[in-house]
Amino acid sequence: MRPKLSGRGPEAPTPEQRARRVLALLVLACLTIITLDARAGSGSPLDPVRAAVGNVIGPAESATATAFRPFTDVGDALRTNHGLRKDITRLEADNARLRQQVATLPLDRTRLAELDGLTRTVADTGYSLVAARVVAIGPMQSFSRTVTIDAGTSSGVRKDMTVLNNDGLVGRVVSATRTTATVLLIIDTDSVVGGRLGTDLEIGFLRGRGSAADTGRLALDLVDDSVVPSKDDVVVTWGSKDGVPYVAGIPIGRVESVVSSPRQSSRQAVIKPFVDFTALDVVGVVVPKGTQGDRPVLTAGAPK
Amino acid sequence: MTALRAGALTAMVCLAVVAQVVLFPYVAIDGVVPNLALVLVVVAAIDRGPQFAALLGFGAGLLLDLAPPADHVAGRWALALVVVGYLAGRVRQDARSSTFTAVLVVGAGSFVGTSLYAFSGVLLHDGGLPVDQMLRIIVTSVLWDLLLAPLLVPVFLWVLGSLRASSERAFHESVRVLR
Repeated sequence: MRPKLSGRGPEAPTPEQRARRVLALLVLACLTIITLDARAGSGSPLDPVRAAVGNVIGPAESATATAFRPFTDVGDALRTNHGLRKDITRLEADNARLRQQVATLPLDRTRLAELDGLTRTVADTGYSLVAARVVAIGPMQSFSRTVTIDAGTSSGVRKDMTVLNNDGLVGRVVSATRTTATVLLIIDTDSVVGGRLGTDLEIGFLRGRGSAADTGRLALDLVDDSVVPSKDDVVVTWGSKDGVPYVAGIPIGRVESVVSSPRQSSRQAVIKPFVDFTALDVVGVVVPKGTQGDRPVLTAGAPK
Repeated sequence: MTALRAGALTAMVCLAVVAQVVLFPYVAIDGVVPNLALVLVVVAAIDRGPQFAALLGFGAGLLLDLAPPADHVAGRWALALVVVGYLAGRVRQDARSSTFTAVLVVGAGSFVGTSLYAFSGVLLHDGGLPVDQMLRIIVTSVLWDLLLAPLLVPVFLWVLGSLRASSERAFHESVRVLR
C-alpha cells in the first residue's frame, strides 16, 4: 500500500511523492512571482530584487565582456586580405552610387541637406552624452530585444533616457543599476517611438517588429491617414517633453516600403533602421546637461 | 559542506547565464543563443532526479528572469525550467545510460522549456511576436541546444559528479572525526 499523501503516519513519503510536492510548491512560487510582477506594472515589488541581482550580475557581465574582448575582436583582425579587398570594392561601389545620387537627384540633395540640418540641430542643441559599451545582449529565446550597457547610475544614467550611436537611435534605458543599465532596443515589440517624416514633418508612431536580428524593421503608423510616406524618406524622433524618454531630432531610419492592407484604410510604412542592431558596440546615452559622474560627459554630436 | 556545494552550483548557474548573454551573442543565429542554463538543469535532472532539478530550475530560471538585460515578467523562465527539470527527472532512468539519450532529453527539454516560456508570454501579453517567428525561434534554439549538448552534457555531468563526490567525502570525513 502506498502511504496517503496527507498522512502523517510513520511511513515516509516516497521520493516520487516528495518530488511531486516540490514541483507543486515551486510552480506555485513561480505563479506567485509572475502575478506579483505582471499585476504591478511599474513599481513592481520585484524591482528591488531585480536591482540587487543587476548589481551583482551586471558587473560580472561587464568584467566578462572586457576579459573576452581581445578574443571577440579577433574576428575583425583575422579577416583575410581577400575579404578586405572585397569590402573595399563594395564600399567603392557604394560610394560611387551615393555620389551619383547626390549629384544627379536634386530631391535627394535637399533631403540630404535636411538630414544634415537635423543632425546639426542635434549638435547645436548640445545634448550631453555618456559613452558606454554594450556588454550583454538578451537572447532571442526571451522574445525581447534588450541589451546591457556598462554605464549605470554612477555615471548619471537613469531610467527613460535616450540611447543612440553614430548611426541613429538605438533605444531607451528601461532600468539602471549602479554600474550597468538595460536598454530596450527600438526593434522590440514593446517599443513605441514618436517619429516624424523628414520631408513633410508628418508625425506618427514607430513600433518594433521584434523580428530576428538582421531583418529588424520598424512599422510606422502616421497620425494622418491621408499622407503616403515616400520611399527613402528619413524618419527622425519627434521628441517628448523634457526629452523623456526620447529627445527630438535623432535619425531613426529610412522608409523602405509602404504597405496598405485592404482590411484597414490606414497605411503602414516599413522603416529600415539606420542602426545595425547585430553589431552594437559603442553607444551614447543622452544625459541632462551638467551631469556629474565617474565617466566623462561628451557634449554635442555623436560619440566617437 | 552543503553550503560549499550550493555555492559552487550557484556559481555555475551564474556562469551559464552570463556566458549566454555576453559571449554567445557573437555566434548567435538570428539572435538565438544556446540556452546553457536549460541544458544545465536537464543534466542535473539526469544526474540527480526530478526534485533536485526542479529546485535548480527554479533558481536558474529566476536568475534568467532577473539578471540584466532581461525585461520580461519575472518568473516566466523559472516556471519553464521547473517543469523542464521535473519532466527530465522523470525520464532520467533511460537517459542515464548513454550520452545519446541524454542529448535527446536535452533537445526535448529545450523544446518544452522554450515553448512554455513562449506560451506564458502569450497568456500574459508580454513581449509577443507573430506565431511563425516564435516557432522559428523555438526550432532554432532546440537545434542550438542539440548541437552543444554532446559537448556540454559530459562536462556538466563531470562537474556535478565531482561536486557530489567531494561532498560525500567530506561527509564521511566528518563522520570519522565525530567518532
